[in-house]
Order: sequence, then structure tokens, then C-alpha cells
Amino acid sequence: MSTHDLLALLPVLILAGASVIAMLLVAIRRNHRLMHAFTVAAFLLALLSLFRQPVTMPYFVAPLFVVDKFAEFNTGLILAAGLSVLLLSFNYFEQREERKEEYYMLLLLATVGGVVLLVSRHFVSLFLGLETMSISLYGLIAYLRARERSDEAGIKYLLLAALSSAFLLFGMALVYAESGTMDFVGIGQYLKSISSAPVTVVAGFGLMLIGVGFKLGIVPFHMWAPDIYEGAPLPVAAYIATVSKGSMLVLLMRFYRDVNGYEYTILWWVLAIIAMASMFAGNWLALMQRNVKRLLAYSSISHMGYILIAFLAGSEAGQEAVMFYLVAYVITSIGAFGVLALLSDELNDAEMLEDFSGLFWRQPWMAAIFTAMLLSLAGIPLTAGFIGKFYVVAAGVSAGLWLLLALLVVNSVIGLFYYIRLVAVMFAPQEGTFARKRLPFFGVFALSALMALLLWLGIYPSVLISMIRDMMLTIG
Amino acid sequence: MILLAFILFPLVGAFLAWASAAVNATLPRWIALLVMLAGLVLAIGIWVQPEPASLAGADWRYVYHQPWMPRFGVSLSLAMDGLSLLMIVLTFFLGAMAVLVSWEEIRDRTGFYYFNLLFVLGGIAGVFLVMDLFLFYFFWEVMLIPMYFLIGIWGHGRRLYASLKFFLFTQAGGLLMLLAILGLYFVHGASTGNYTFSYAELLQTPIEQGVGRWLMLGFMAAFLVKLPAFPFHTWLPDAHTEAPTAGSVILAGLLLKTGAYGILRFVLPLFPEACHAFAQVFMLLGAIGILYGGQLAYAQTDFKRLVAYTSVSHMGFVLVGAFAFNELAYQGVVMQMITHGISTGALFMIAGVLYERLHTRELEKMGGLWAALPGLGTITMVFVMASLGLPGLGNFIAEFLILAGSWQASPWITVLAAIGLVVATVYSLRIMQKVFFGISLREFRLKDMTFREAVMLLPLVIAIIWLGLFPQRVIDTASKAAPVVAFQYKEK
Repeated sequence: MSTHDLLALLPVLILAGASVIAMLLVAIRRNHRLMHAFTVAAFLLALLSLFRQPVTMPYFVAPLFVVDKFAEFNTGLILAAGLSVLLLSFNYFEQREERKEEYYMLLLLATVGGVVLLVSRHFVSLFLGLETMSISLYGLIAYLRARERSDEAGIKYLLLAALSSAFLLFGMALVYAESGTMDFVGIGQYLKSISSAPVTVVAGFGLMLIGVGFKLGIVPFHMWAPDIYEGAPLPVAAYIATVSKGSMLVLLMRFYRDVNGYEYTILWWVLAIIAMASMFAGNWLALMQRNVKRLLAYSSISHMGYILIAFLAGSEAGQEAVMFYLVAYVITSIGAFGVLALLSDELNDAEMLEDFSGLFWRQPWMAAIFTAMLLSLAGIPLTAGFIGKFYVVAAGVSAGLWLLLALLVVNSVIGLFYYIRLVAVMFAPQEGTFARKRLPFFGVFALSALMALLLWLGIYPSVLISMIRDMMLTIG
Repeated sequence: MILLAFILFPLVGAFLAWASAAVNATLPRWIALLVMLAGLVLAIGIWVQPEPASLAGADWRYVYHQPWMPRFGVSLSLAMDGLSLLMIVLTFFLGAMAVLVSWEEIRDRTGFYYFNLLFVLGGIAGVFLVMDLFLFYFFWEVMLIPMYFLIGIWGHGRRLYASLKFFLFTQAGGLLMLLAILGLYFVHGASTGNYTFSYAELLQTPIEQGVGRWLMLGFMAAFLVKLPAFPFHTWLPDAHTEAPTAGSVILAGLLLKTGAYGILRFVLPLFPEACHAFAQVFMLLGAIGILYGGQLAYAQTDFKRLVAYTSVSHMGFVLVGAFAFNELAYQGVVMQMITHGISTGALFMIAGVLYERLHTRELEKMGGLWAALPGLGTITMVFVMASLGLPGLGNFIAEFLILAGSWQASPWITVLAAIGLVVATVYSLRIMQKVFFGISLREFRLKDMTFREAVMLLPLVIAIIWLGLFPQRVIDTASKAAPVVAFQYKEK
């Protein structure tokens, strides 16, 4: 490996190094505040290193990695998401656990795995990244050991993620056995050289789809989502919803591009059916949900369905739409879970619908942020979610996916029902007096920043759009 | 620039009003009133100015253009012709009345209330001015959220149900319109290579017959729900009844007009062929709405619900007139939009005034109020007469013009629509009878109109009489507008 190779992978290295140092810090002295500050600094440093990439893009670190604008942009997105989760975590763990420091180490490791997924172009690095992330997530999900639900969620995720990894691994083995290569471009060339794919390869792709589908939480691999979201600590739920799903989605886009996935109609239809099923299952199940965490879990299933529509459009505009929607989705998910995290107290998480009754008159700012996030999820103007949904629909119309779009419209209306109901609960009149809970500064700061970003992207999205366009043109 | 002011005044005022509530609970309503009056003065100022001699039939009086999202060909493009000018005047006029109506009625969370009130008015002003289809959809949706809060927070009994129903209905229509807008965008882009949402350029789109019809139906989905036309009207009685008085005034006076405006501004000029093909269907829907709405209005026992159903009936005339495809009917439609806004707005205000005194909206519990409230009774009489279409008042002119115009297009449907006038007489007179005539069982004294109530109702009386006696001014202004061009379209 040359110096340039190392420099190109600097964000990964910084995070990996930081997790080692974090481990040593815990060994020397347990101090929550110090640990938190250190992790924030590590994330900031990794983010900064993105701006000073000394290599020309796209840069290949043969054979495992590729560093291009696409990877760089998504690394930035994931690091920013991780950073926001961090800012929301401090208070949440401060009032709960006595041993809080390992959480940050696991978070760093999980992010290393996520970033590796973003830059990989090879089965080996794909699997390494995925497992690094998954194994850290087992610990993160079950972190609040004293809670029954947290344990249950951890075990559930462990079993299912291990199972899905096995499927993925077996699928990769089958594809390798036929094609004799493990890097994406190589597989693409192999597929081009043969007239029709042998059964082994088709089966391999099918098995891999199970592994990927599990991580994305799309129907029919979505069963874990509500239980895990409900049981995991709130910041971790936000992390799973954004970083874990986002990095897998980016990987899928790269893989699809390299193997010319759009040429295979069967694959297209499989994904189309998954998209339809995800939209309907997510929205129907969320409809009567009284637990806000589960509601957000189901809504995120349906949002993956919307993203898949843009993905299936296949055109340039479709890929752009996926990226824009992902950015909007990351902002809103972290924002929504963040509000829940800040409103939770020592004993209970704020999760039932009743906990939000009259919130607007108790905590106007929190309620305003939550309203903005929900409206963005519903795709109402002035928010990033609106532009995102518009982008998706535009991509769909240009590709002529009328059936999928009609279902999207139906689902948007269904989705609107439960988002708006939640908003209505927050604005319900509040009788009597109430104590105002003091909110942590950093958490409020992070959420306010997210809301500002949300509105900015909703009103003036041109900057992000042109950034995404540039990046998609120079994809490696 | 002056066009931007019409949108920015209410929007900026909304935030000011919200912020000022921290200083003083009565400050927001003064800010709201000032903003509305400033907009009204500005709009009337434009109206009374003599038109530039160079102005041809469908030219814009003012144009404002600024790129916004070049990736999609979206621009902040505003323009004003006679039609938008009239609608803007109506918006600020009724907006000011809505503020006055809320003066005493709204006592809690005034800051947030006036924020929503001004925001919805800003959205409506935007809808009437934008000339970019993306932005049109944008403002179309912007109106919804504050209206939802107005009904959902300050409304009556079943406010949550009503606000949710309102929201879901209009949103479903809106999303279909979005699909149609995007469809038009790509059809235009594919044939000319220029991807844009600009109204002026989309007007030139060559559309195949089949595609054009589908797109037109997409647009109509949103406008028929908003108008509301039979059978998409079921959200309206609930929303109108449960909304606070100002909410009902804005809903009936302005929000419904955005649907009518959308038909005139977008559907007719963009899809003339498809409109001709479906004209009979829509006119029939309009006629059914007139009769069905009138019949249901007669059956109501709740004052506000009754007025709400009269809206369904009156807006049916708009649908009949808009698809009659001639200038006479078009003038009638514009008149109807304005006069219905004023007369129904006034009836809702009267319902609010009565509710403040009697704490009921049940017609059965009223009766014999003339002796106690002679002033209010007289004013109610004016608007009841307007609602049934008495000559000399604005609504007569509007309905007469529509019927005269639609006779040329379809005599049978016109006959049906004209029967609606008889129905209107029945349900309108019933209001007077139930509320003001009969025997009073009341033993306590009621206060007649206060100064504030007089200030908000008298301008409406003056307006409706002025419109009835001198309608030419409005008709002249409206004739300088884009939809007129659409009538020159002849079936090939």
C-alpha cells in the first residue's frame, strides 16, 4: 500500500484508530464527558479529512476499494449522521447507564464498517464492512442491559443478522464459483461475456438480495425492524435507521451499476414487487400504531419502498433522486428519533402517543422540530422531504413507472394519516400546569441544526442538487 | 417586485405576529390587521390605476421572474392579469374581515393563531399569482398545513375528524395533480428538449389526445376536490362546520376559489381539446352539485352546515360556467367567485356573531330574534337575498351570466341548473324564518351589533350591493385575462 492509498482511506483510518484509543482511554480512566468529547473530535477530524483528499478521483485502492466523489459524499453524510447521533446520545446515556464509555467505542467501530461499505468494490471488503458494522450493532442494541426489551432486541438482531449474513455469504460463494472473480466490475464483465446467466449465478444473486434486503429492512425481510427500534436505545435506533440502511443502499447502487443490473428484467420485477410490498406493509402497519418508535420503524420501511421506486427508474435522474431522498430521509429520521431521545427521562422513553399529548404547549421548540420532521416524512412543502418526494416522482414519471407512482400516491395519503394524527396529538390542548423539563444544550443544538438544514433544503435545494449531479457524473 | 409583496406581506407578518405574542397577547391581531389592510390598499391601488393603453387582451400587468431550481427548470415566476388582480383584492379584503372576526372569538394562543391565519392567506395569494406549475403545486400545499391547524386547534367539537378529512381529501387530489404536472413537464421536455415548469412555455406544448385527457383529469382531481364538486364534496360540510368563524370565512371565501381559479387558469388554457371532450360531463357534475347541495342545505338544522351546503350548490354554477366555453359564462364565473366569497363569508360571520350570543348553531333553538337583533337581522336579510339571487345584488348578475352563457353550450343542463335557483330560494328563506321570525322563547336581553361587528359586516353589504349595481368594472377587469384566449379554440 502506498502513502496515497492510505491517504485516500484516511476517514476509515481515523475512525479505526480512534476506536483503539477509545479502548485505551476506558482502561486508564472512566469518564463519560471526556469519552464523549473524544469521540466527537474523532468524527470531526474524519469529516475534515474529507475536505483535504490529496488524491485525484476516482482513486482505486486495488483490489478492494474505490474512492470517488460518490463515496466521499456519502461518507460525509454518514459521518454527519453519526455525529448528530453522538450529540443526542450524551444525555440519554448519562441518565441511564453506569458504564457508558464502551458505547462510543462501538459507535466508532460501527461507523468504520459503514464507511468501508461505501468504498468497497469487492465481495471481501463488502463482507468485512458489513460484519464490522453488524457486530458492533449487536452490542449497541443490547446496550441497556438492565432493560428486558433491549436484551430481547439485541438477541433478535444477532440471530437474524447472522442468518442474513450467511445467506449473503453463500450467495457470494455461488457467484464466485461461476464467475471466478469477486470484484464488482469483474462480475459485470463476466455477465456480459455470457449469453444467459446460469442457475447458480441467479441463485447467488437471489441469496445476496436476502442479505441486502435484511439490512435495508424491506418487505419481506422487515420483521425485525419494529422490535429492534422499540428495544434499542433511541440514539441507536436513529443510527440503524440512517447509517446502517444508508450505507447498504449506497453499496447496492454501486453494485448494481458495476454489474449492469438494469439489464435484467427479472431482477427489476423482483425489486418492483419488493418496493410495492414495502410501501403498503409499512404504511398499513403504521396506521394504527400507538407506539411512536414502532410507527417510525414502519414508516421507514415504506420510505425504503419510495427510494426503491427512484432506484428502479434507473435513469440518471433516478440515481440523483435516490441520493437526495436519502439525505432528506437521514435528516428527518435522526431528527424524529432525536426528539424522542431528548424527551425521554430516566425511567421511560417517550414513545407512546399519549406522551406527546399537548407537547406543543409544554415544549414548543421540540414540538416544532418534531412537526417539521413529520411533515418532511409526509412530503409537505418547505421541507426537504417534499423536494425528495418530488424528485422521486419526477424520476418515476420520466421512466414511465405509472403503476408504481399510482401506488406511491395512494401510500402517501395513507402515510399522511398517521403523521398528521401524531401532529394533531402534539397540538391537543393541555390542561393544568406542568413542569418544563430542562433540555440538554447539545441535543437541542443538533436538532435545531437539523431542522435548519431541513428547511434550507426544502426552500433552496439547488446547492445539494448540483452537488449530487457532479458526483454522479464522476462515479468510479 | 410589487407582486412579491403580496406574498411576502402575509408570510413575514405571520412570523411577526407569532413573535409579538410574547410581548402582548393583543398585538398579533393588530399586526395581522395592518398587514391585510396594507395588502388591500396596494391591490386596490393597482385596480384603480388606469390600464396602460398598450395592454392587449391577455397580457400581464406585472411580471416578476427569478430562477430558483435550474436543475428542474423551476423559477420564481409571478404574474398578474385581471383575473389574478380580482382574486388578490378578494383575498386581502376577506383576509382583513377574517382578522376582525377573530378579534374577540380567539382568546388563547393568539400568536400562533394569527401566524396560521396570515400564513394561509400568504399561500392563497401565492396560488393566485404564480406562473410556474411547480411553484403552483408548492403554494397549493402550503395553504393546507396552517388551515389544518386553524381547524384542528381552534375549531369546534369534532375538529380533529374534520381537519383530518379536509387534509386527506385535498392532499389526495393534490398528489394526482402533481403527477399530471410532472407528466406535462416531461411531455413538453420530450417534444421540445426544454424541460421547464413555466406556464407560458407549457401553454405551447403539443399534446397527443389521449395523454392530454389523462393529464387534464389529473389536474381536475385537485380542483374538483377543492371546488368542491359532487361527489368530492363530503369534506366540506365537516370542515366548514367545525372551523372557527375566520376559518370558515377563508375556506368558503378563498380556498374554494383556488379550485375555480385553477380550472380557469390552468385546465382550460392548457388542455382545450380535452376540456371540450369532457365539457358535458363536468357541466353535468356542476348541475348535480347545484341541486344536490341545495337539497341537503334545506335539510340541515345546523346554521353553519346549512351555509356549507349552499357553497356546494353555488360552486356548482362555477363548474357549469367554466365548461360552457364562452365569454359570457366566463364573466359569470368570475363574478360568482367574488360574490359567493362575499355573501357566504358574510353568512358565516353572522353565524359566528349569533354563536357568540346564543352559544348554539342549532336553528331549532333560535327563532324570533328580529325583535332583539334588528340590525343583524337586516344585514342577514341582505345576504340571504343575495344567496337566493335577488336582482340588484351581486350573485344575481353572476348566476344570470352563467346561465345565459351555458344555454349556448347545453340547454338541458342549463335548465337543471336554473331549477337550482328555486331550491336556493327555499333554503335561503328558511334561514330567515328559523332564525329571525317566529316566536322567541328567550327571556334575557341580547346585545345588537357592536361597533366592531358593524365595521366588519357593513363593507360586505356595500360590496355586494355595489357588485349588483355596477358589475361592469369587475367584468372589464376580468376580460383582460388569459383564459379568454382559450375560448377562441375551436374543435377541429
